Amino acid sequence: MDIHEYQAKEILKSFGVTVPEGALAYSPEQAAYRAREMGGNRWVVKAQVHAGGRGKAGGVKLCNDDHEILDACSNMFGMKLVTHQTGPEGKGVYRVYVEAATPFDREIYLGFVLDRTSQRIMIVASAEGGMEIEEISATRPDSIVRQTVEPAVGLRDFQAREIAFALGIPPDLTQQMVRTLQGCYRAFTDLDATMVEINPLVITADKRIMALDAKMTFDGNALFRHPQVSELRDKSQEDPREARAADRGLAYIGLSGNIGCIVNGAGLAMATMDTIKLAGGEPANFLDIGGGATPERVAKAFRLVTSDKNVQAVLVNIFAGINRCDWVAEGVVQALKMEPVDVPVIVRLAGTNVEEGQKILAKSGLPIIRANSLMEAATRAVTAWKNDTAQNTKLRAAK
Amino acid sequence: MSIFINRDSRVIVQGITGRMAQFHTKEMLDYGTNVVGGVVPGKGGEKVFGVPVFNTVKEAVAATGANASLVFVPPPFAADSIMEAADGGIRYCVCITDGIPAQDMIRVKRYMLRYPREKRMVLTGPNCAGTITPGQALLGIMPGHIYLTGPVGIVGRSGTLGYEAAQQLKDLGIGVSTSVGIGGDPINGSSFRDILEEFENDPATEVVCMIGEIGGPQEAEAAEYIQNHMTKPVIAYIAGLTAPKGRTMGHAGAIISAFGESASEKVEILTAAGVTVAENPSVIGETIARVLKKRAA
Repeated sequence: MDIHEYQAKEILKSFGVTVPEGALAYSPEQAAYRAREMGGNRWVVKAQVHAGGRGKAGGVKLCNDDHEILDACSNMFGMKLVTHQTGPEGKGVYRVYVEAATPFDREIYLGFVLDRTSQRIMIVASAEGGMEIEEISATRPDSIVRQTVEPAVGLRDFQAREIAFALGIPPDLTQQMVRTLQGCYRAFTDLDATMVEINPLVITADKRIMALDAKMTFDGNALFRHPQVSELRDKSQEDPREARAADRGLAYIGLSGNIGCIVNGAGLAMATMDTIKLAGGEPANFLDIGGGATPERVAKAFRLVTSDKNVQAVLVNIFAGINRCDWVAEGVVQALKMEPVDVPVIVRLAGTNVEEGQKILAKSGLPIIRANSLMEAATRAVTAWKNDTAQNTKLRAAK
Repeated sequence: MSIFINRDSRVIVQGITGRMAQFHTKEMLDYGTNVVGGVVPGKGGEKVFGVPVFNTVKEAVAATGANASLVFVPPPFAADSIMEAADGGIRYCVCITDGIPAQDMIRVKRYMLRYPREKRMVLTGPNCAGTITPGQALLGIMPGHIYLTGPVGIVGRSGTLGYEAAQQLKDLGIGVSTSVGIGGDPINGSSFRDILEEFENDPATEVVCMIGEIGGPQEAEAAEYIQNHMTKPVIAYIAGLTAPKGRTMGHAGAIISAFGESASEKVEILTAAGVTVAENPSVIGETIARVLKKRAA
């Protein structure tokens, strides 16, 4: 689960990390008022969206007076900010964060991640702050400093000092750097984060180590023990269909194709998408309905998949193991009667009692296209979609 | 022979009184698995399908001589149960639970290192379908009847995609030595490499089928091991060619976040290591059949 920059800063501040003074605003007027309240003569207005790359996309503006703040905010509020991390549809801006502008001498990159190779928490830092980590790894890989943390004892001060010295932090600021690293590490472990990123972490003109930006991602599996983190969820930053699916316990990810997929199991769901692509089509979604594939779940899945207006055919691929194919077939038939679908439906069942399952689908009287292998199902789905589209085009032309 | 489990394995089920755990305990018993006990704190003395329930793993091990365990405990308590198994003398543990916090798994992995190698428990999973040695023992939730006995070792992250492979093999009359699920989580008990090493040393396994997916470094690690240490042929399938970058595809670990983690990059790395990669999931079975035939010739 992602949170906003201002929320991450609030959390990190409570763990001893220094952040600039700032305030949240829901309107341009409120932003200007907050700036006045804060005092000073330069502010940064930052669109709060769950994505990086805001600066380049016009989501961060340096302002010198009220008018500039109002102008910057009027442009930001309500816009869909498109960055390299959001996809073409962008993310809506409904909150801005106003901060006192902070003059600084140096920028540092600092990240905490779950490293899957060592299976431990890893700190990644670079003296080349301000750039994306991908860019740093490509252009200045030698500038990257890494430390993994032994979970039994946690991050040791000597490790934090090693990082500080490797980054060339002035010796009189080593202690501040150690405090910053320890604060981030504690926030990461205490709250079950999967990522903490401060880019840039700066050395200010008045010699303080300060987080000018902050990003935190949390482990969805650990939210049950962090209700205060769950409350930070902002549904406006999520794809509405994905959010609705998640609330119903379905793993759904919308894609740009037009063949919808309903599959049990994440691996099989990915394999189904891939096979559609190999057959010459484009998958409209990833959807894992879980092992059980009960009629209710299948019906829910049909509703969800067809709510995407791009969907022009639906491929159902269920491996029935402990739940037999005949039982799953009954479920599909029941679901289609509950939730009639006006695009071609292709069903492929595999596993226990396949023949009985096929018979039930055939006898249902529903226009279900059946297939034996996954490749066959994908090919039939692509053909059905093309025929259906051609027919609809003809119909439209006739009208 | 086989890896991890056979007809002599003495199995306990942690969390045996849960609804799903009871259902699968019954399936395992029907398959012929030697389920000797269950563990649920506070329910010691009860019975589930005639299987005695104990309060702690240590009690269960003392009373039954159990050496394998299936963890069927809800996510908040699963890490604790795995550690209890490791401390209680269990040698092989499968954790089915989906949704264990990643940092709990980091602690589990660290905890298991407390024990000297010869006493250290092997964990596979979490978030997996389990392990089966066809005709001998089933430690998991997979449908046992789709596996024939035979020479193919299967290792995979995904449950249903693994079933798909087993069913295709069965349809071709080919059987399986052991099938192991390593699970879809980012921090897991055993990696592809670990399981490949077991298969390489198992006389009953002639070829290995490896079913990977996007995310993480373990397919690439496996490629390196295959190239340098494996004499047996490996056939692979990698799911997620169409998966977008940076999105979690159902499994917590199925997310492309670094170079080398996409399906096409993994296919390339494996192919370069001499692995036969099945282009689509419908041909996993026939690809294995072809490799087996070539080996026999």
